[in-house]
Amino acid sequence: MSNAPALKDWPLWEVFVRSKQGLEHKHCGSLHASDSAHALQMARDVYTRRQEGVSIWVVPSHLIAASDPGEKDQLFEPASDKIYRHPTFYEIPDEVGHM
Amino acid sequence: MYTQSFSVPDDEGKTARPAAASRPASEREAALQAQFDARIDADGRIEPRDWMPEAYRKTLVRQISQHAHSEIVGMLPEGNWISRAPSLKRKAILIAKVQDEGGHGLYLYSAAETLGTSREDMLEALHSGRAKYSSIFNYPALNWADMGVIGWLVDGAAIMNQIPLCRCSYGPYARAMVRVCKEESFHQRQGYEALLVMMKGTQAQRDMVQDAVNRWWWKCLAMFGPPDADSPHSAQGMRWGIKRISNDELRQKFIDATVPQAQVLGVSLPDPDLKWNEQRGHHDHGPIDWDEFWQTVNGHGPMNKERLATRVKAHDDGAWVREAALAHADKQQQRARKAA
Repeated sequence: MSNAPALKDWPLWEVFVRSKQGLEHKHCGSLHASDSAHALQMARDVYTRRQEGVSIWVVPSHLIAASDPGEKDQLFEPASDKIYRHPTFYEIPDEVGHM
Repeated sequence: MYTQSFSVPDDEGKTARPAAASRPASEREAALQAQFDARIDADGRIEPRDWMPEAYRKTLVRQISQHAHSEIVGMLPEGNWISRAPSLKRKAILIAKVQDEGGHGLYLYSAAETLGTSREDMLEALHSGRAKYSSIFNYPALNWADMGVIGWLVDGAAIMNQIPLCRCSYGPYARAMVRVCKEESFHQRQGYEALLVMMKGTQAQRDMVQDAVNRWWWKCLAMFGPPDADSPHSAQGMRWGIKRISNDELRQKFIDATVPQAQVLGVSLPDPDLKWNEQRGHHDHGPIDWDEFWQTVNGHGPMNKERLATRVKAHDDGAWVREAALAHADKQQQRARKAA
């Protein structure tokens, strides 16, 4: 093997692609790149070879704060017994029509 | 895009230790294991930061990285033919296909990295010869007809393997496979169409197609892995929701799908025992040469050395590009700091 620089020196980026004007950017994967301009260029080549996007965001992966999957229950369960937050909780007479 | 539907142990892992051995270390771990099992049983998905058994993680790292390596090495036989494509159109198609394979490799390396392995480690394993990749690439692509047959049969077999992987229990792998499968169908169709064109040409061209089919057919059948009876790891993979359909079943699907395609193309498949079995509702086929398959898996195929050497050379020759990108990024950062 050569004494090439360690690949880990290219940080990891998360890639978000807007598939068309009017829609949100959606996470589509990650890649390694030396800086943000490089990451954008790589994202274009890796994730939009077939016109999958009109706009790309790249974010250094280490800057993303994420909820802990272990705390999923505490975090999300309080919402599960509040069914009155959904429109289907309420019975409206048929003659009212669409509401 | 290609994979072997089974994942063979890399050379390092010859201390064969099937998964069952690990006993939960603590009550907490037992609870986590129970939670994991319940989610798998409910056909749920596992995400990177979820708890998972070490053996599940290891199996996935091995399988996904082997799959990624296969994509990367898979660029080589076709890359060889870019400069010799018979027309500008075929050349553009081939470049696009090879670029796709590179992209598929990147999706898969990224998926493997979510399991805690690094890109560097995976590349080192490939380049040192420790990691395996699909054996199909250790055979030579001798002429232009091989380009068509690789698309039609090799990619066709890979698609059979990969569609069930879109439902794999590990989220990032499944999502990568969805993306891959979407792009894959172009690979098979372009190969088949290239062969159709040749079949409408001269007798010499038709002979080339038949010759290439004869050379690749059995190797494609072997891509699905050893018979179920000889695949001890398959059951564990099934239990974990990594593998959804058995080797033999996938192979059968591939054969049944390919026979009518061969008829339309006007070629024969080189198996005297290949015939429709009314009772089973499937085609029967002759015996596969598994000794030859294992020879190649274990490094003694006709192209193993050449492929690996080419791959390592490409990586080494690209070192200056990686260095330059880093130097450029450094300089930009310094400049930004000075301006601030």
